[in-house]
Amino acid sequence: MDAVAAPQAIDFRTEPARYKHWRIELRDNVAYLIMDVDPNGGLVPGYELKLNSYDLAVDIELHDAVQRLRFEHPEVGAVVLQSGKDNVFSAGANIRMLGQSSHGHKVNFCKFTNETRLAIEDATENSGQTYLCAVNGPAAGGGYELALTAAHIMLIDDRRSSVSLPETPLLAVLPGTGGLTRLTDKRRVRRDLADVFCTTEEGVRGKKAVAWRLVDEAIPPSAWAETVAKRAREAAARSDRPRDEKGITLTRLERREEPHQLHYRYLSVVCEPEKHRATITLRTPTEALPASLEEAVARGDRFWPLALAREFDDAILHLRFNAPELGLWVLRTEGDPAAVLAHDAFLEAHKSHWLMREIRLFLKRVLKRLDVTSRSLIALIEPGSCFAGSLAELAFAADRSVMFAGQRAGDNRSPATLTLGPANFGCYPMGNGLTRLATRFYGEPESLTRAEAAIGQALEADAASELGLVTFAFDEADWDDEIRIMLEERASFSPDALTGMEANLRFAGPETMETRIFGRLTAWQNWIFQRPNAAGAEGALGRYGSGIKPDFDYNRV
Amino acid sequence: MPEGMHVDYDGLIPNNVGLAQDLRVRKALETWHPGYIDWWKEMGPVGFQESLVYLRTAIGVDPTGWAVFDYVKMPEYKWGILLAPKVEGRKIPFGRHKGEPAWQEVPGEYRAMLRRLIVVQGDTEPASVEQQRHLGATAPSLYDLRNLFQVNVEEGRHLWQMVYLLQKYFGADGREEAEALLERRSGDADRPRILGAFNEATPDWLSFFMFTFFTDRDGKMQLEALAQSGFDPLSRSCRFMLTEEAHHMFVGATGVQRILQRTVSAMNEAGIEDPYDVEAVRRLGVIDLPVIQKKLNLHFSLTLDLFGNEISTNAANAFEAGLKGRYREDKLTDDHQLHNATYPVLRCVSGRIVEEQVPALSALNMRLRDDYVREVEAGVARWNQVIAKGNINFKLKLPHVAFNRAIGEFSTIHVDPDGNILDDAAWAARKSEFLPSSDDGAYIADLMKPMFERGRYAGWIAPPRVGIDNKPGDFEYVRIV
Ligand SMILES: [Fe+2]
Ligand SMILES: [Fe+2]
Repeated sequence: MDAVAAPQAIDFRTEPARYKHWRIELRDNVAYLIMDVDPNGGLVPGYELKLNSYDLAVDIELHDAVQRLRFEHPEVGAVVLQSGKDNVFSAGANIRMLGQSSHGHKVNFCKFTNETRLAIEDATENSGQTYLCAVNGPAAGGGYELALTAAHIMLIDDRRSSVSLPETPLLAVLPGTGGLTRLTDKRRVRRDLADVFCTTEEGVRGKKAVAWRLVDEAIPPSAWAETVAKRAREAAARSDRPRDEKGITLTRLERREEPHQLHYRYLSVVCEPEKHRATITLRTPTEALPASLEEAVARGDRFWPLALAREFDDAILHLRFNAPELGLWVLRTEGDPAAVLAHDAFLEAHKSHWLMREIRLFLKRVLKRLDVTSRSLIALIEPGSCFAGSLAELAFAADRSVMFAGQRAGDNRSPATLTLGPANFGCYPMGNGLTRLATRFYGEPESLTRAEAAIGQALEADAASELGLVTFAFDEADWDDEIRIMLEERASFSPDALTGMEANLRFAGPETMETRIFGRLTAWQNWIFQRPNAAGAEGALGRYGSGIKPDFDYNRV
Repeated sequence: MPEGMHVDYDGLIPNNVGLAQDLRVRKALETWHPGYIDWWKEMGPVGFQESLVYLRTAIGVDPTGWAVFDYVKMPEYKWGILLAPKVEGRKIPFGRHKGEPAWQEVPGEYRAMLRRLIVVQGDTEPASVEQQRHLGATAPSLYDLRNLFQVNVEEGRHLWQMVYLLQKYFGADGREEAEALLERRSGDADRPRILGAFNEATPDWLSFFMFTFFTDRDGKMQLEALAQSGFDPLSRSCRFMLTEEAHHMFVGATGVQRILQRTVSAMNEAGIEDPYDVEAVRRLGVIDLPVIQKKLNLHFSLTLDLFGNEISTNAANAFEAGLKGRYREDKLTDDHQLHNATYPVLRCVSGRIVEEQVPALSALNMRLRDDYVREVEAGVARWNQVIAKGNINFKLKLPHVAFNRAIGEFSTIHVDPDGNILDDAAWAARKSEFLPSSDDGAYIADLMKPMFERGRYAGWIAPPRVGIDNKPGDFEYVRIV
């Protein structure tokens, strides 16, 4: 490959001391998350990040900051997104970067960006950390999309600053990383006004922006700083986060890179590029369950559920960006199912504690990240595995799950089991708002009831199969061949068709804003990104900044 | 008679655009008019509104006799709308539509861009009136007082020109923008004027002259570029405004020249040779040459910001669209499309100043700025002749283009007027060598005492060589009431 250890591999691990583009200021139980992009700090050469425009390097730091504020700052009840530049909030995604990026990079970038935006909304909704946005200069495109993630948007009314989504008139693409969808679904902007807004390059300012519900308030400069601080303090005062507790530190994630392998403490990745395959194995803890909440808190980021979630998150992002050729992910687990269930129970028992709540919310987000990953996911449930409770979600996230029936000759381990727990029935919903099991049994509610009745039972292959919890069960006689053929066949299909098919099948049932954003991002934005009107030599992205007008093909498709 | 030669004086608003027949626009302008008068009374010159000022008023668009001089009360000035006569068969001179007939209506696809160009230009006109509103009280002579008011009423008229275009061609949005032009206020924290230099104070007459020399000349360059526009009404409007603009720059160039003249004479009379003996020079009650250099540094650098970013997509788009050309586009002999041309631009790369060849389309701001710098260099050379004639060893110099910038690539670094890069500490320590200090400001403010006696001038400025409209030296340019 060497996808895993490629020299220019994108690394998602960072920390505030390394930030080039953001800084965090803390006062009055409020975090001010200040975007001050270093124009020369882009991920790769070839473009300058002017006017607080961003690329993946900027978004990696934002992702890190949002995560750290949750775990490291229980005292912070509100976060204000603002710009550290005088004349601009943010000009959005950097156009030259988009122009020079591969299609795959653009898609990955948009998806990651949107995941971070959803994490911001999740913090407001579930974490007691309300995001506000102080738009202290023009916010265009992705800049306004970022603002849209906040629960309360303040726009400086200096007769100059506007919010805008100029993608269509300016770039022949869409404000597709949630911009269009959040306008109508979240802010409930009237669709005809949204149409006008999205075709007006210069955007909308002041009172009109309030009247159209594009922002929540327009504030004159003389009252700006004071009002922003006041709104933030008010939001922080409504938070249920404990003001006197200390946060934990998210230390740098250690991982060992070997040729074709990547090893974390509780997770390993083994890559087989010639088979287009990566095998991801998650393991149970080496430490015993903490005896008390205090002990769990003291373990900090070494506490198993959190440690594993961080490792899995990093591995997913790493493989998505650095190993696009590995289209097939085999999901495995190793360890004691009882340990998984015990940790699930521990988290459930202490779910009102801020840190335990954060851990569960993080696990939820990691599993969602897996759901929207454009790789074929196959779970192999074998002897020695621990698909129980929260880890059983892997089997339900997978496109197929295959279970080993019985034992192998010469292997004295007991047969593989699958154990459901309460964690499979509520705390880790998918983007569609349903649990993975409820989505799986969308057409057969009685199967969901039967599964719930089986909570706590270590189900062997026949029983799991009977309950519809696995796709296939094979015994020793068939296993090796069946698995080999299945994986080889899967790897031989068109990756594009697979991506589309899997994304369609994974999200049965109701649409939510979240599924709509991902669906439309995938379908519309990625279609437009491929079309000559945007990406061709005479298209708008390539010609952007040259002053030369794009030549459009005016035929509607 | 070509279309547009006839000027109608019958209505409230003198014009050569057929307002009498254009009910919709006439109504819009008449609705806007009271707000304009209110703005003038609130934000125009402080005092002197009842005084009779010997002003020129544009009465036609025939280049041989377009204006008359007479005593006028400023609020009764005939603010009108005058476009240069239409040139039959005019073609779009540049950009992707080069050679197509010039547009008489706004092309839909360029509507927003065009409106923005007009609003930005329009916003500067009332802004300078606001910036200069307190200067009347300290005028060094009736002659200068008149010149100030002449500039002010004409800037007011320029606003009318732009408002007409907004109301005639941009519908409801245009009317909204026309209102907003009356609502913004120079230097106001909550509703500032659009461009930075137009929110700076004009605290004294030296600043006023520097402003009209440097900043009105930026206005001229912008008008020249818009006069090339493929949108014919904008082109015609700017072409006529340029006839008035020349006088504004004359006021600035001769104003500074007269100050230099006075300083040099006073130094000669007192036998002071060292221009840097500031204390001795100030004891003479004249403005020392080093502080004139500092004011020059300030106004030049503020004005350069008005040309925008070194590399500009907006400028490229406006050119490609045929909306805003280059200085004297019609005299240039290239392909007027610039798709493959490059242009050298000074840029800031990792904190250093380097020259780069960049695509000419994205360097249009710099091209216009370079044309501008050439003109002001010639003006500064004329000032230096005055100093040289007095045998003082001192030369005024334009600072480096990277000096004291708030817009563009050089806004992230500090350099001295020679272009040497300074760190933050060195800049803080040496800033008052380069730019007027508060002590400098206080000294000049102290000099600013009005002189309203006919034919007399404040002690820090020489009389002009000839009067306005060839009037004699003791002519009463303003009858103060
Ligand atoms: Fe003007
Ligand atoms: Fe002027």
